[in-house]
Amino acid sequence: MPNRLELTGITKQFPGVLANDQVSFAVKPGEIHALLGENGAGKSTLVKMIYGIMQPDAGEIRWNGEPVVVPNPKAARKLGIGMVFQHFSLFEALTVLENIALGMDAKIPSRELEGRIREVMQTYGLVLDPHRTVATLSVGERQRIEIVRSLLLNPQLLIMDEPTSVLTPQEVEQLFTVLRKLAAEGCSILYISHKLHEIKALCDTATILRGGKLVDTCDPKQETSRSMAEKMIGSGLKDIVKAEGRAFGQPKLVINRLRTNKAGHFDVPVDNVSFTVRAGEILGIAGVAGNGQNALLDALSGEIIGDDREAITIDGFGIGMMNTTERRKRGLCAVPEERNGHAAVGDFSLADNSVLTARDRLGMVVMGLINSGAAKTYTGKVIADFAVKALGPSSTAGSLSGGNLQKYIMGREILQKPSVLVVSQPTWGVDAGAAAAIHQALVDLASAGSAIVVISQDLDELRALCDTLAVINMGHLSAAKPVKDFSIEEIGLLMGGVHGASEADHAIPA
Amino acid sequence: MELALAILITVVGASTPILIAALGELVVEKAGVLNLGVEGMMLIGAIAGFVVQFHTGNPYLALLCGAAAGTAASLIFGFLTLSLSANQTATGLALTIFGTGFSALAGSSYSARPVTLMQPLFPAEFYGNPIGRVIFGYSFPVYFSFVMVVAIWYFLHKTRAGLILRAVGENDQSAHSIGYSVIGVRYLAVMFGGAMAGIAGACFPLLLTPQWAERMTAGRGWIAVALVVFASWKPFRLLGGAYLFGLVMTTELYAKAGGGPLSAVPSELWAALPYIATVVVLVLISLRRDASTNAPACLGKPFLPAN
Repeated sequence: MPNRLELTGITKQFPGVLANDQVSFAVKPGEIHALLGENGAGKSTLVKMIYGIMQPDAGEIRWNGEPVVVPNPKAARKLGIGMVFQHFSLFEALTVLENIALGMDAKIPSRELEGRIREVMQTYGLVLDPHRTVATLSVGERQRIEIVRSLLLNPQLLIMDEPTSVLTPQEVEQLFTVLRKLAAEGCSILYISHKLHEIKALCDTATILRGGKLVDTCDPKQETSRSMAEKMIGSGLKDIVKAEGRAFGQPKLVINRLRTNKAGHFDVPVDNVSFTVRAGEILGIAGVAGNGQNALLDALSGEIIGDDREAITIDGFGIGMMNTTERRKRGLCAVPEERNGHAAVGDFSLADNSVLTARDRLGMVVMGLINSGAAKTYTGKVIADFAVKALGPSSTAGSLSGGNLQKYIMGREILQKPSVLVVSQPTWGVDAGAAAAIHQALVDLASAGSAIVVISQDLDELRALCDTLAVINMGHLSAAKPVKDFSIEEIGLLMGGVHGASEADHAIPA
Repeated sequence: MELALAILITVVGASTPILIAALGELVVEKAGVLNLGVEGMMLIGAIAGFVVQFHTGNPYLALLCGAAAGTAASLIFGFLTLSLSANQTATGLALTIFGTGFSALAGSSYSARPVTLMQPLFPAEFYGNPIGRVIFGYSFPVYFSFVMVVAIWYFLHKTRAGLILRAVGENDQSAHSIGYSVIGVRYLAVMFGGAMAGIAGACFPLLLTPQWAERMTAGRGWIAVALVVFASWKPFRLLGGAYLFGLVMTTELYAKAGGGPLSAVPSELWAALPYIATVVVLVLISLRRDASTNAPACLGKPFLPAN
């Protein structure tokens, strides 16, 4: 039997970067094949060429033994290639059914389409109401739309781009069940991820990319997570160094019955949130995206100003009614999730971006005038200490890649030595080496006596980094417990809350 | 009775061009494009329609040429905003200024020359009595506007092409990644909007004032743009809105002519009423939190493919 998909010498050049350099590998029918690599290793470029979004500069793609050219996604779907994107191509204002209809090349009457959708959902246990508006669905449910849409085309190869990054552990298990069933029926799966334990649990073969080149094709079940990670990074992996048995100091950040008002149509406010972070402690807040994390971060940073002065206190001083600038002066710095446009101004230079958040703490503004020398020096220090790949302090923030901008933003806040630091998704889109450096910097900041709150959807990150953990669901925060007292299952159940656990019972109306 | 009938017929005449132009703009905005050049395209359609009517006396040909002229004007806008990704607001305003100047120039030798008004669509036997007059007494554009309300609603919500158009306005990047031509769909929508604005413009010399006058659309294009928001991008609400504005504008005429207490109000105030109403309506709508939820999410944003 010929290989389902075979790539030979695929090369793709972008201005200044060789995204793929002579990449060759093959996917067998019914195989779950992992494509592993850091951000910027060229995984996305490679699958975009398989799916016809981009064209390779050199090399050959063979499909079921025949050489093919895939000029566009439509042609890919016609061949039998389906793809579930990391960022879903969904239309929030439209219904599930309309979304799926848009993804179908053939014109199918909506009644017939609905029948086929229900059939696929039944077969694979993907529960979803076709008439719901996408805006009301959870991320896991949205992913199911994409999967159903791909499955309707009876694909022979399904490409999954980082499918689990936003799912609860239970949703991940459900997804794996579906994927295994598909593979058993002969559909090949190309599974892109950098989560090694998932690849070990799910995949038959793993192809590892680094810097656009193929490093190795191996059997993940024969490898350790560590050996694969080292192939991926190309060097030894550093562990977070935490001082053993360090004691925490006095309560530093105390949150007492914090609540926010509902701001937008799809916004989830926080309700009655209370927690305490002691000096030297890192508190992690886990949860599926869209459960009030944004409101919590805004309420802590001062973007949302509350009406209770004592709802947020630092060292016993109430700051609940202060704005962002006043809170920064009091020692509370924050990093929001959206880095470009929220944490940094894309068209400003890095030095100017430093002035925006560090001006008061580091005296960059004197009598209303910007001390650009101080700003440049400080920015240069951030660039050096956090290994930011930028030409210098006068590069614009928008010219940096996502991971580098994130390193700059984290560095900008950490080097201000805030007594309380609140960060959301500190290593989102950052490669493993840089993530380790950011984690280490956070740990070091905590060791120096700061209280840190990390809001993240990455459980591995939270478990490695944090001392205590709480879970946010629909705006409610669970009680915080030491990380080692939480099992993955327990976290997963809290993350899913009532919403996730009973979903299966009411999702398909008769 | 006679007065009520006359008012009703005037309302229909005043509302029709607004409705037609607004329907075109609704489709354009549903595709995610904000074309503020409606007023300019209407004026270009008006002069084209007038010239053709003046020389040929064939109103259907005049409407067709109005549509063609409107489409041509919209293509300028389309090329700048879609192919060159220019700012839509600025380009739309420029189109209005251009349309005003161009129509004034092209019409300079036609001022105060009369044309014949468009005749009712149905033969005279149909509207001998008042009821027949109300139902059958109008010329073609009136019936066309009603048909288009239903047709556009049906197109947007019941056809696949309409779904694609809404998808493009809702999330251009996703539509692009699925494989639809965002720019192509938007060009078609912009051209449709141009044609409708052109027809709406041609209605002015054909239905309302049978001669050429500079700026004869008198800001109705702006009212059409505001109506689309007022109607929350829903065709049937647009119908209601257009007639509401038509009624307000007509009241002005009869208040001035009719005497009595209404004429005591300064005529400038009456003339300003539709525009004041526009502002009030927009403010009221903005106060409603969820009003914008039906707005196309990509409205006014230029599309640049991510890859």
